[in-house]
Amino acid sequence: MKPFTYERAGSPAEAAAAAARVQGARFIAGGTNLLDLMKLQIETPTHLIDVNGLALDSIEATQEGGLRIGALVRNTDLAADARVRRDYALLSRALLAGASGQLRNKATTAGNLMQRTRCPYFYDTNQPCNKRQPGSGCAAIGGFSRPLAVVGSSEACIATNPGDMAVAMRALGAVVETVKPDGTTRSIPIAEFHRLPGDTPHVETALERGELITAVTLPPPVGGTHIYRKVRDRASYAFALVSVAAIVQRDGTGRVALGGVAPKPWRVEAAEAELPRGARAATAAILDGARPTHENAFKIPLVERTLGAVLAQARG
Amino acid sequence: MKFDTPATTNPIDQMQVVGHPLNRIDGPLKTTGRAPYAYERHDAVPNQAYGYVIGAAIAKGRITAMDLSAARAAPGVLAIVTAENAGPLGKGNYNVAKLLGGPEVEHYHQAIAIVVAATFEQARAAAYLVKVDYAESQGAFDLAGAKAAGLGPSQATPDARVGDFAHAFAAAPVQLDATYTTPDQSHSMMEPHASLAAWDGDRVVVWTSNQMIDWSTGDLARTLNMPKEKVRLISPFIGGGFGGKLWLRTDAVLAALGARAARRPVKVALTRPLIPNNTTRRAATIQRIRIGATQDGKISAIGHESWSGNLLGGHPENAVEQTRLLYAGANRLTGTRLAQLDLTEGNSMRAPGEAPGLMALEIAMDEMAEKLGMDPVEFRAINDTQVDPSNPDRPFSRRQLVECLRLGAERFGWVGRSARPGTRREGQWLVGMGMASGFRNNVVMRSGARVRLDGQGVVTVETDMTDIGTGSYTIIAQTAAEMMGVAMDKVVVRLGDSAFPASAGSGGQWGGNSSTAGVYAACVKLRETVAQKIGLNSADAVFEDGQVRTGNRQVSLAEAAGESGLVAEDTIEFGDLAKRFQESTFAGHFVEVGVDAATGEVRVRRMLAVCAAGRILNPKTARSQVIGAMTMGVGGALVEELALDKRRGFFVNHDLAGYEVPVHADIPHQEVIFLDEVDEMSSPMKAKGVGELGLCGVAAAVANAIYNATGVRVRDYPITLDKYLDRLPEVA
Repeated sequence: MKPFTYERAGSPAEAAAAAARVQGARFIAGGTNLLDLMKLQIETPTHLIDVNGLALDSIEATQEGGLRIGALVRNTDLAADARVRRDYALLSRALLAGASGQLRNKATTAGNLMQRTRCPYFYDTNQPCNKRQPGSGCAAIGGFSRPLAVVGSSEACIATNPGDMAVAMRALGAVVETVKPDGTTRSIPIAEFHRLPGDTPHVETALERGELITAVTLPPPVGGTHIYRKVRDRASYAFALVSVAAIVQRDGTGRVALGGVAPKPWRVEAAEAELPRGARAATAAILDGARPTHENAFKIPLVERTLGAVLAQARG
Repeated sequence: MKFDTPATTNPIDQMQVVGHPLNRIDGPLKTTGRAPYAYERHDAVPNQAYGYVIGAAIAKGRITAMDLSAARAAPGVLAIVTAENAGPLGKGNYNVAKLLGGPEVEHYHQAIAIVVAATFEQARAAAYLVKVDYAESQGAFDLAGAKAAGLGPSQATPDARVGDFAHAFAAAPVQLDATYTTPDQSHSMMEPHASLAAWDGDRVVVWTSNQMIDWSTGDLARTLNMPKEKVRLISPFIGGGFGGKLWLRTDAVLAALGARAARRPVKVALTRPLIPNNTTRRAATIQRIRIGATQDGKISAIGHESWSGNLLGGHPENAVEQTRLLYAGANRLTGTRLAQLDLTEGNSMRAPGEAPGLMALEIAMDEMAEKLGMDPVEFRAINDTQVDPSNPDRPFSRRQLVECLRLGAERFGWVGRSARPGTRREGQWLVGMGMASGFRNNVVMRSGARVRLDGQGVVTVETDMTDIGTGSYTIIAQTAAEMMGVAMDKVVVRLGDSAFPASAGSGGQWGGNSSTAGVYAACVKLRETVAQKIGLNSADAVFEDGQVRTGNRQVSLAEAAGESGLVAEDTIEFGDLAKRFQESTFAGHFVEVGVDAATGEVRVRRMLAVCAAGRILNPKTARSQVIGAMTMGVGGALVEELALDKRRGFFVNHDLAGYEVPVHADIPHQEVIFLDEVDEMSSPMKAKGVGELGLCGVAAAVANAIYNATGVRVRDYPITLDKYLDRLPEVA
């Protein structure tokens, strides 16, 4: 771990301004990902801005009938919130499928959106990695790629986004609220929040320098049956091979987002028209253009089979 | 004491204390955090500095330059030791690659330097400032490629042949010829390898985490080119080892070198990401098994060949060991083939040989039973042998395999298993049952102990035996209590110190039986000393309730010991009984799994092990060993695999996020039954090993259950869903 300086921010705008002022600054909330990466010198911030005291830890109803989730709401509290459990069960189920109870007690809503890939080559600083060290190459391509992306990847990077919460938020149509260093705010639809790697895999989100997430807003509930199905090698405390977040209506229409298959939570709205025709047609449309490796090609039939089971479960 | 004739009746047979399911005497220390592990010995010596180990960034080649200047100038740095400045180093008997590499790099993450600093964070930060230039050379990493290029038996390990295997196999009316693979595995014990070293003049004391104190004391002395007498190892508590801590490893060597350079005590723990490529591994295998049988299921030919890879000077994984002994058959061929691979050393991991060997053999037996149309339990039972199949004059000392299988089948409800696979469905689950034989040889090792009796009647046992979470403290206390006729609270056990008599240590499931036999021997001598002191004939003396008596004369042990106390030391040494008799342990493993019909996820639903392993010294600690082993078996079956990058020559998933082992949610109710057994050939304790037996065969039982559930046979471990998803029925 490289030496770094530390401050507690007084307000979201001050935090953003401070982050813009200091080259190499990072926000820290739960620290469940950042601290690990700092110990391995994958992240080497010069300055940490602790946002834990910013009072962004409440969940409030919005005028539109949705929910506004403060950036610092812990995963455990979000999953247990009665409104979330009633109207956004998908989100609650996705959260509980992730990490462990101890980690969920610490991990925050905004931090979870920011968690970085678990690609093993990203984690080994002896290996080239375009995400960790732009321009150094990608050791994962042609290497151990079983856990990695089948769609949305590039010649520069085949890492997956490891999240569960974000997959549910993608299906729910969440909006990320931020404050910029100049004090202005903006709303970023979650579809635009995570970036595909292209030739800049180190750029992972739409956030600008210093920009701080203050909340995630959920639109009014859409009803339907909410299912989060996470497929993994062991029963708990493992990243998804694939996960399916689905909201299925009685008429067979619905929404689907996938985890474990792409550099971002993967949803193709246009493909959802295929859902009433079944898992095969829907999967083909959602994963259109997939370029799996020999080791992770199984994820495509696995998505199809898992989605099939999810749709069957939704039908009752 | 020489043990060279079968045990007769002795005080252990009273079973007043031995054989009872007593709680661990070290349990309260561990559950309250008062059992200090090596890295926590803050009390041991003042002014401790911290070492951080740097692992090589390439798998094979040479270091051409190391720039230490930035690291040396970093805050808090006290010393940096590399092969260049360490002075001449020897090499231990038990490690193949150097524990401080350079300029040659023999494998990825081989230690090439230690940075010592005042704090851990300073040492780590400075380690990242060390700049190393390498000249990489082409290494060999691909076992399958080496096999395809042709590999025969080595001169050191020739094939074992009985009868005419080739002819008999060709002539057999029912044949199986199948190839199985098992992956590289990492021990993944909870406590990483850790050591604290402190010098006093030309003597060094190392508080460490090590299973074999005497081996490692000798090897540290050899490595540091100093007399063994000047090296002391202390390892009273060990957070798991599984064979990964049988040897001296780099933590101890670099703590000692770092402390010498920094002129301060230094402690070192290997970081988790370093462990899989730096320490030893269980080597991957490719195993070809051929079984020929008559129509009525009698094996006429059995062949087992195993390919594995290791560094030059390393040994093959002996995955064919059990096949020499487990089943009858007049014509036999077993052999290992060794490829030279530039991966970290392959060496013992819990039940080396049998664990991966049975992963293959016991699937093969399941496949063969199906070909014969026989029940898998029956097929094994009719091929039982009570003698060494290669030498019928050599009987098993005690073999209750068939009893294990039959009792297991009865208790598990095996009769409810459908012989036709893929036919039992419960909701989303395809359900199946599988079984396998468990087999692990019983090894005995000479083991010494010193026993003291003091004026309060307290018996103190000292031996360098280790407790790696197995219960050694407790069974040794039980042995001393039984022998001396005192209550458990009158026994103190001190372990894991090279200042104590050399013991068997913990490995190869020999520790429990051998070390208690050593304590038995020392106690026999102490009984003689006590009797002599008070003028009794030791042969007639009865030790009971803290008293020693003959006829109507009775003296308390406290009184007998007097102010100065009494002490006795002895070592159990084993004669040729293990040559005249085949000593092995046996089990029947039964598993029920559910396989998600859509996703292919496997969830184990029930497990049973029936074990026959001699006298069970403590059913509670023995059960803990077996359920832990069964859990490891589930890991081996379903998740554990070091993912090899064959281009770059290293195991990629080198942390516990990537190298998965079972979690609580993976493990269902586990039942363990011990058959009532004593084995007079094994030791005066009449016990045998059990801690590794619990693993042997489990993975195959899981694999066979998956087959029974799905009708899909996977011969490549771990059995992950990507290997059979395309063979599962369509999702409705």
